[in-house]
Amino acid sequence: MRGVTKTFGSVIANDRIDLDIRQGEILSLLGENGSGKTTLMNMLSGIYFPDSGEITVRGQPVTIRSPKDAFDLGIGMIHQHFKLVDVLTASENIVLGLKEKGRLNLREVSARVREICGKYGFSIDPDKKIYDMSVSEKQTVEIVKVLYRGADILILDEPTAVLTPQETDRLFDVLRNMRKDGKSIVIITHKLHEVMAISDRVAVLRKGVFVGEVSTSETDPQKLTDMMVGHAVTLNINRPLVEPRPLRLEVKDLTVLTPEGVRALDQVSFQAFGGEILGVAGISGSGQKELLEAIAGLQTAQPGSHVIYHPPTPDEAIAGAHVPVAPDGEELLGKNPRQIHRIGVSMAFVPEDRLGMGLVGSMGMADNMMLKTYRSGRGPLLNRKPPRALAEKVKQELDVLTPSINTPVRRLSGGNVQKVLVGREIAQEPSVLMTAYAVRGLDINTSYTIYNLLTEEKKKGVAVIFVGEDLDVLLELCDRILVLCAGHVNGIVDGRTATKEEVGLMMTNLRKEAAGV
Amino acid sequence: MSMTQFVSLFQAAIVFGTVILYGAMGEILTEKSGNLNLGVPGIMYLGGIAGLAASFFYELNNPAPNPAVCLLLSFLAAFAAAALGGLLFSFLTITLRANQNVTGLAITIFGGGVANFFGGSLNTLAGGVGQISVAATSAVYRAKIPGLSSLAIGDFPLGNLLFGYGFMAYLAIAVAIVLWYFLTRTRAGLNLRSVGENPATADAAGINVTRYQYLATCIGAGISGLGGLYYTMDYIKGTWGNDGTIESLGWLALALVIFSVWRPLNTIWGSYLFGALTWLYFYIPNLTRKDMELFKMLPYLVTIAVLILISTRKKRENQPPAHLGLSYFREER
Repeated sequence: MRGVTKTFGSVIANDRIDLDIRQGEILSLLGENGSGKTTLMNMLSGIYFPDSGEITVRGQPVTIRSPKDAFDLGIGMIHQHFKLVDVLTASENIVLGLKEKGRLNLREVSARVREICGKYGFSIDPDKKIYDMSVSEKQTVEIVKVLYRGADILILDEPTAVLTPQETDRLFDVLRNMRKDGKSIVIITHKLHEVMAISDRVAVLRKGVFVGEVSTSETDPQKLTDMMVGHAVTLNINRPLVEPRPLRLEVKDLTVLTPEGVRALDQVSFQAFGGEILGVAGISGSGQKELLEAIAGLQTAQPGSHVIYHPPTPDEAIAGAHVPVAPDGEELLGKNPRQIHRIGVSMAFVPEDRLGMGLVGSMGMADNMMLKTYRSGRGPLLNRKPPRALAEKVKQELDVLTPSINTPVRRLSGGNVQKVLVGREIAQEPSVLMTAYAVRGLDINTSYTIYNLLTEEKKKGVAVIFVGEDLDVLLELCDRILVLCAGHVNGIVDGRTATKEEVGLMMTNLRKEAAGV
Repeated sequence: MSMTQFVSLFQAAIVFGTVILYGAMGEILTEKSGNLNLGVPGIMYLGGIAGLAASFFYELNNPAPNPAVCLLLSFLAAFAAAALGGLLFSFLTITLRANQNVTGLAITIFGGGVANFFGGSLNTLAGGVGQISVAATSAVYRAKIPGLSSLAIGDFPLGNLLFGYGFMAYLAIAVAIVLWYFLTRTRAGLNLRSVGENPATADAAGINVTRYQYLATCIGAGISGLGGLYYTMDYIKGTWGNDGTIESLGWLALALVIFSVWRPLNTIWGSYLFGALTWLYFYIPNLTRKDMELFKMLPYLVTIAVLILISTRKKRENQPPAHLGLSYFREER
């Protein structure tokens, strides 16, 4: 790949990237979240089309416009989200859409699947239905599907994110067998120990730019971390020290299971104080979402978990109009989201699609404000005046660009949608404010507006929990940073003294004692 | 129940069942593509009236109608008209992504309206209410296999029981078997099922989702329309009634789709069971009017029972296609 560039709107996802993939090797593509790894590989597999640059396969310049084109070139990608039909068997999924001659002979297909499995050391039952399969088996089906179509360049997007350590080892064995067979393999990852364990070469991306490539044998995790996170950037975010900082939220041994029974959070314990911003750092999917949702009452925690809320004393500015609770601490687990919200714990969660949680896209700002307050009025009719006033206030104070407060928020730009969301939560005068990815996809100026808003809240004595992706921001905005790694608390560091490298290493390397081993 | 009564109920069940068998098979094909066409009653109306009108005009203009032409004209007209109804549904729901439930109900109302309008007009042309008759065509549809149908073992009219029906009763069974083979044993069938289950996956595998949905919906509607044709030509002997029977048969066909858990082979016996349950009241002595209505509820009650059963068992194979009733839009994630 030479000079490949891809932009989404004004965001440059990949900036003139040169990358070589050699036959018979395993290449790791390393980078932080949002560094453009997946985007780059999607251009190879035909999901995206590059804006500029050229791709050469076996010496021939090629144009890849669809996944089918990629297959014809022998390029196959295994995505993080499997594309499989649940009620069909493995074999049926594997032949899906193939235009082979003759009538469908599933017995023959199964035999060929077994042959491929035997060759590389997979174990899979071709006649098993997908819905009966574990995540690892599904992944195997995806890999076999790609091999069945004759791919010799395989791209795996974070293949180990969903696997147990044992399954990961088995996958790596299979990958090594494929390498022996002369296949080229690219694995997209941000786990350093895996990079060291499996790959021959490492290519590092940072913020859409190609940083460099090294042979695995000539490097070590520390050097790779430095390449991955780069040098600290000074952002000059205002970070006052607030006194006093009373204990506000105490999380003890919080354990949350995913629907599959995997521990998304494992015995997480920490304290959040009023008047401080507690940052939560971690690779995406380390349990950030589960943490916030468990506190907000959207996820069920396992027995033995505790989330204790300590209300502000009456003389604090934020004592506000919340439901009074026991002054020596109230257990939040077991309460429903509405009760928790009324106690004063607010969550502004900005998910990938922004509108998914929190706002109704087809309603205007005023109506969206009302979503949190419609129960408070008397009588069956809605009183629209307060939410309108609130919407006007949010619009003015946060400088929301919208033709009117009745314009559906779906039509607003992403940044403005986020301002509405955060603005509404702040207007509830919470005593604990949780935000996740509050600045995702925002331009610099809007991001600073949000940072300032959060800092204002902090000055009022609110305990702010800020889940972020950008380490530079976390280091400059937060008083303390909690680092999550695979559902464990890998440590809590002081935002004023911690270095980027330190946090980066904590994000990627699970400490032994944190894992409880 | 006496022997004659049993034979009579058995035959009534098969004839009645054949109508909804067509309706249900067409709908299974449609639903396997992820399209929920609630317009089956309207589609059956369209098939019925188109077949009737084609043979009516042919017989009107030809004093000595050729049986083969009678058959072909009415059969093709019915299939084509019903498939056009399916095309309308497809265009609205696949291309314009209209809500499938609303569109289906609209097609039901539309089909019934069109059919009864033309049914009334044909009656007027034929000389008055209830005057329409396509005797020659109906005779072709009602022809039994000579010899076989008069076989009997002692008093038991076995031949009449098994072979005493028009050809469309047997065609229906054949279609069900072909449909089963297509869905479970062929590449195209596999692709179609994956479209109804997970169109995004099918799309990524290089399957033309839109094409499969259009074809399945139009051909499915055509098959459903044959139910209407069988009803007018065989069941009511080539006449037209404005009594809304086809509509209630259409709803029953939709219930049968659920009853048979989307499996063509189940629809065969399911349809006859529905037929028997529907006519049961006729053979139970001393029923009052309201008791009869209670008996007519039976097919719907067993459908509800089946729904409860498959919902509690949670066996994945017995669930409706996962993407049923939803529009597919590639860029939506």
